[in-house]
Amino acid sequence: MNQPASAYFLEERHDPSESHTLSVLVQNEPGVLARVIGLFSGRGYNIESLTVSETESQKHLSRITIVTTGTPMVIEQIKHQLDRMIPVYRVVDMTLTGRSIERELAMVKVRGTGDHRVEALRLADAFRARVIDATTESFVFEITGNTAKINQFIDLMRPLGLVEVSRTGVAAIGRGPEGM
Amino acid sequence: MKDKSHDPNQMTGAAMIVRALIDHGVQHLFGYPGGAVLPIYDEIFQQSEVEHILVRHEQGAGHAAEGYARSTGKPGVVLVTSGPGATNMVTALTDALMDSIPLVCITGQVPTHLIGNDAFQECDTVGITRPCTKHNWLVRNVNDLAKVLHEAFYVATSGRPGPVVVDVPKDVQFAVGTYHPPRKSDVHISYAPRVKGDASQIRKAVALLASAKRPVIYSGGGVINSGPEASKLLRDLVEFTGFPITSTLMGLGAYPASGKNWLGMLGMHGTYEANMTMHDCDVMLCVGARFDDRITGRTDAFSPGSKKIHIDIDPSSINKNIRVDVPIIGDCANVLGDLLQVFKAEAKRPDIKAWWQQIAQWRARNSLSYRKNNDIILPQYAIQRLFDLTRGKDTYITTEVGQHQMWAAQFYGFEEPHRWMTSGGLGTMGYGLPAAVGVQVAHPDSLVIDIAGDASVQMTIQEMSTAVQYELPIKIFILNNQYMGMVRQWQQLLHGNRLSHSYTEALPDFVKLAEAYGCVGLQVLKPADLDGAIKEMIAIKRPVLFDCRVAALENCFPMIPSGKAHNEMLLPEEATDDATATAFAGGKALV
Ligand SMILES: Cc1ncc(C[n+]2csc(CCOP(=O)(O)OP(=O)(O)O)c2C)c(N)n1
Ligand SMILES: [Mg+2]
Repeated sequence: MNQPASAYFLEERHDPSESHTLSVLVQNEPGVLARVIGLFSGRGYNIESLTVSETESQKHLSRITIVTTGTPMVIEQIKHQLDRMIPVYRVVDMTLTGRSIERELAMVKVRGTGDHRVEALRLADAFRARVIDATTESFVFEITGNTAKINQFIDLMRPLGLVEVSRTGVAAIGRGPEGM
Repeated sequence: MKDKSHDPNQMTGAAMIVRALIDHGVQHLFGYPGGAVLPIYDEIFQQSEVEHILVRHEQGAGHAAEGYARSTGKPGVVLVTSGPGATNMVTALTDALMDSIPLVCITGQVPTHLIGNDAFQECDTVGITRPCTKHNWLVRNVNDLAKVLHEAFYVATSGRPGPVVVDVPKDVQFAVGTYHPPRKSDVHISYAPRVKGDASQIRKAVALLASAKRPVIYSGGGVINSGPEASKLLRDLVEFTGFPITSTLMGLGAYPASGKNWLGMLGMHGTYEANMTMHDCDVMLCVGARFDDRITGRTDAFSPGSKKIHIDIDPSSINKNIRVDVPIIGDCANVLGDLLQVFKAEAKRPDIKAWWQQIAQWRARNSLSYRKNNDIILPQYAIQRLFDLTRGKDTYITTEVGQHQMWAAQFYGFEEPHRWMTSGGLGTMGYGLPAAVGVQVAHPDSLVIDIAGDASVQMTIQEMSTAVQYELPIKIFILNNQYMGMVRQWQQLLHGNRLSHSYTEALPDFVKLAEAYGCVGLQVLKPADLDGAIKEMIAIKRPVLFDCRVAALENCFPMIPSGKAHNEMLLPEEATDDATATAFAGGKALV
């Protein structure tokens, strides 16, 4: 094995990368999000999407949903590293449970007139997107769904005069009667 | 409204801090004053239960607290001011995080209403120290202070130990609030480290161990951290099974170096027999170690044919670098106790005579040998003499970082845990001298020696002054090769012998320097004078700076070259220029 002169053992790993959605229940206290984000940047993990909001205010609990990619070993590390943080109650790998629903919301601004405008409205209807703002030359659509659906909608709007998109990122929850 | 004026739990934040230290049994703290901690210093002045040791640089306070902690098993406590006081602590905090040392560091902060204003000596202490602590807190309300302080001690010392920071703005130190003694509810309910190992995993481990033909035990700093009971159980396990045992740099002393099953340290500068045993074993029991890159060498060639059992209190250590077959999450002492019990009750010890015969052949290679020299002191010889002349004494060893550190690990035999303080994970030059100060504070009558390098020692040399002030008779034993030897070694091996900035053009006269600080300076040039001087050093009941002039160009072997596996070690007698060039040949070869 050839490697440049180094005090470290340089190795390339070729395990395939997987995408996982993690739900993380945390104590809602100052700095908790910075801790989570710092963990990802400090250890070189990927964040594809991150959402956070307080979900149980009496108990000061927030729920963070993170979509990340990595080899199975890295994903396992990420979960352990999150779990050992002091304010983290639980980490659930929604992808591994295989029983979760994932949604995000996007607001999509499209500008155009004539046929483009009609086509945009027709597609929005097919995707169950709602019009939440309109001018004579623009719409803002609100759409919810999984990431793939939203990506598809945005792709369709592009040639019709897409101006900008604001997305919430993924929120996830398990199916069935149990909580996490 | 209740009259609170006579409530003994009503006090200022500054008083709460001192009170909490007392409630947690703290006898010593290491610190350095400044504007943002003056109220706390005022409280320290007015009591006598906690002794404050004034260092000369905050980093020194951190390493002293680390030495104190590692040699006692108790948390080290540090008090520093805001801004530069806090930033000077970052190295020590990171060091403690890497080596899992329990530290409680209290930092002063500018008053709450000035936070975020770029006030004088303001820095974002919790932001800066977030990645280098196990946890940290900024306390904005005096009534949260007691809870946070108690939690800080608990977090630092429980589970996998580590450093914590409590940042206390000056107005919170002045404010009056209610203190309460430590109680369970002070701790986040989300934090519950697991100490007891899973019984079925332990059974699986025993079954594997009992079926082994070529077993090895590989132990680490976690055994030391777990406490004396873990070391005792480890020894019992080795005794009962007859298995060979090796350890990481951080784990030295858990099993005695004089024990017959001891293979020596493993890893990059470990012994040939330790690394070969690791490479060829069929069952590996890793106890409280973390398969770090200095240990494994090339991970895809690391002990390829073995089943691996890993005991660790930190789940994130499992499968981080090396995939293991039987992970057991729990405290080393707890798990070893259970494992030993199950082994004795339910399994038979395997016959491993053939394995020991193989190991004997590896041992016969004598991988730590070096050629003798009557004219110049070889560093290995100096450590051997130091070891022989301090044998049987109540000795604690600290080190700096470099070749001298590796030689200390190779040639000084540790018989007990908590006797060896070194910066393993971070590799911090300048660790050893202040660590020795901390060790000596905890063990005033013991012999405390910092095995130092000429370059490293200058990083925190000012703590000599602390040693003098508190009459701490530490011994600083410098293996003076006038080089940053370890850097030079790598430059020789990997960078075509271009010794870029690894030679120190101007070294101080260490003897005069010692005298300037009010210590004793000794210098030795010849092997014949070494023993006498070491004895003299030991006899002097004051701090000593010992300038041991050693062979300048000696290198540290054996060695696993980068990108190589455990069975591709470079042994000292093979380390000719040609062999070295071939071993390190790769992208940028030696030409
Ligand atoms: C704070 C810090 N800076 C730089 C290094 C990189 N480094 C590792 S060993 C070493 C040289 C140490 O020289 P010395 O203390 O004389 O020890 P020797 O190797 O000569 O025994 C250096 C610069 C380090 N480990 N720590
Ligand atoms: Mg040197």
